[in-house]
Amino acid sequence: MKKVLIFVLLIVTILSFAKFRVGVAIPAADHGWTGGMVWWAQYAIKQYANDPDVEFYLVTAKEPSEQIAQVQALLAKGIDALVINPYESAPLTPICVQAFRDGIFTIIVDRGINSEEYNVYIAGDNYMYGYLAGKYIAEKLGGKGNVVVIEGIPSTINTERVEAFKKALEPYPNVKIIAQQPGYWSREKAFEIMQTLLTKFPNIDAVWTGDDDMLHGVLLALKQAGRDKNIVLVGGACEKNIVKMIMDGHPLIGVDFTYPPNMISTAINLAVMALKGEHLNGFYQRGIPRKIILSTETVTKENAKDYYFPESVF
Amino acid sequence: MPKFSFSKYGIIFVLIALMIFSGILSPAFLSRRNILNIFWQTSYVGIIAVGITFVMIAGGIDLSVGSMVALMGAFAITMVNKFGDSNLSVVFSIFLTYVLGAVMGFGVGLLTTKGKIPAFVTTLGGMAIYRSLVLNFANGGVYMSMSQKYSSIGMKHILGLPLPMIVFIAYTIFAYILLDKTRFGRYVYAVGANETAAIYSAIKVDWVRTMTYVISGISVVTSAVLLSSMMGSVSSSSTGNNFELDAIAAAVIGGTSLSGGKGNVIGTFFGALILGVINNMLVMLNVAVYLQGMVKGLIIIGAVLLQNLKEQ
Repeated sequence: MKKVLIFVLLIVTILSFAKFRVGVAIPAADHGWTGGMVWWAQYAIKQYANDPDVEFYLVTAKEPSEQIAQVQALLAKGIDALVINPYESAPLTPICVQAFRDGIFTIIVDRGINSEEYNVYIAGDNYMYGYLAGKYIAEKLGGKGNVVVIEGIPSTINTERVEAFKKALEPYPNVKIIAQQPGYWSREKAFEIMQTLLTKFPNIDAVWTGDDDMLHGVLLALKQAGRDKNIVLVGGACEKNIVKMIMDGHPLIGVDFTYPPNMISTAINLAVMALKGEHLNGFYQRGIPRKIILSTETVTKENAKDYYFPESVF
Repeated sequence: MPKFSFSKYGIIFVLIALMIFSGILSPAFLSRRNILNIFWQTSYVGIIAVGITFVMIAGGIDLSVGSMVALMGAFAITMVNKFGDSNLSVVFSIFLTYVLGAVMGFGVGLLTTKGKIPAFVTTLGGMAIYRSLVLNFANGGVYMSMSQKYSSIGMKHILGLPLPMIVFIAYTIFAYILLDKTRFGRYVYAVGANETAAIYSAIKVDWVRTMTYVISGISVVTSAVLLSSMMGSVSSSSTGNNFELDAIAAAVIGGTSLSGGKGNVIGTFFGALILGVINNMLVMLNVAVYLQGMVKGLIIIGAVLLQNLKEQ
């Protein structure tokens, strides 16, 4: 009996010294923002370089089936926590649910899954992302003007933002959306569209692009057409060069709204905290909150330096 | 004087019809500015499509052009940033990029001819390799040009015409002469139409094929330099995405056969313009986001169908 007890104690001691293993599965970089997410994932992992208790496996996928295979491999390897930004909700749901049922601490980042079986869901606020941009433009225009919308890749995230943008314009009947086109989150595409719209419309008072990458394309088209004056420009997601422009007091770009790719770093930290049994300072609950929607923060000239990460890729 | 062949240039009528249609629906479409913009926007894919026409006529395919645009643009920007902001540095960097592009084309050519790997496979591999190199060196981010001189090239206008448009037209004329008026051009057709016959005619089939990939590589560099200097940057993840599809589509709309032996660069030129007009039209007419792909697809299929019907 005593021998068994010592044996069990020994096992427990060994296990408690064993490393926590965290699998991180995210989409591969297919535009600036996802590139940023990969960078921030690596950044967060680097923070734990000297921590002997945690070990990370980072994988990036180009499409859903590849990501499923990667998560399967992670599960086979044996991980204690899974931090995943699902490439697509539906196809990734079963494997995430399986991870959760296997007792792996599962954190879903940004794109959700079609199930409630996870430990934490952390995401950006797409609604406010679109809404605040719309409200800013309407107010800046004094409730009257022509607005061009260059949106991202057609998807649920994009739809939610655009709908919210339109909601914000509702109280301003004289603010009109004169064109709405997809720029696929690409600089070149946004440049092309803006070039064309500038020939079609002699009066454009404001442009909202789904993110800052496309804003660069729009800026270029305006400059080329000599119409980079008296126009309100709003992008989103705080690409570093746009944040720098705001910091330096760019005449056309006054604000930006966060949709931070570093939410992956936050999620990785949460996973480690959960595994180590830590809890959030100031919370009365012991556990990590189950649903976290990050607020969309407004970046202006005054606070831009807090959002400027020159060494980041996005 | 050869007889004007309606079937060969039926594509022009498709283009004119498309333009009249768009012009009626949106008057701004036919403004001088907009026509120049269409030319401008088309030139990047257009130049690549001209190069790919050589490859396709010789019976090959090049799927790597899109990622290669990003890689070549990134290389040019990196070189200019390294050598500083002088005319010499810009010229030298562009020259180096051309050398690299030609060598890479040559490599792909050797792999398909001497290595006996199907072009589909080599260039599919190239597509993945180039993109991943670009992503790796930029860590998924953006290559920014520090040079004002380099960034001014892509925005240049000569006689009121955008530089990319002039290059596109000049490039097409040059390619037309090379393909239709020289011995090399005839060899390209011969190799694609009937390889065995070409071998018996003492044509160096492997060499001709390899050269078509060199031409494709050079075309890609031309486009990449124009595009990256215009944007002043290259996005490692999105620049050049789907260029291979658009370039192949332009060639096919222009009458180039996917199985080789048939095609011409003038057709490709207009094929590319048709794609440009479609893209422009979708924005001009504010076509609903989700339906754009369908409209585009229908017009492409319709254009080729019309041509085929004319030929019969």
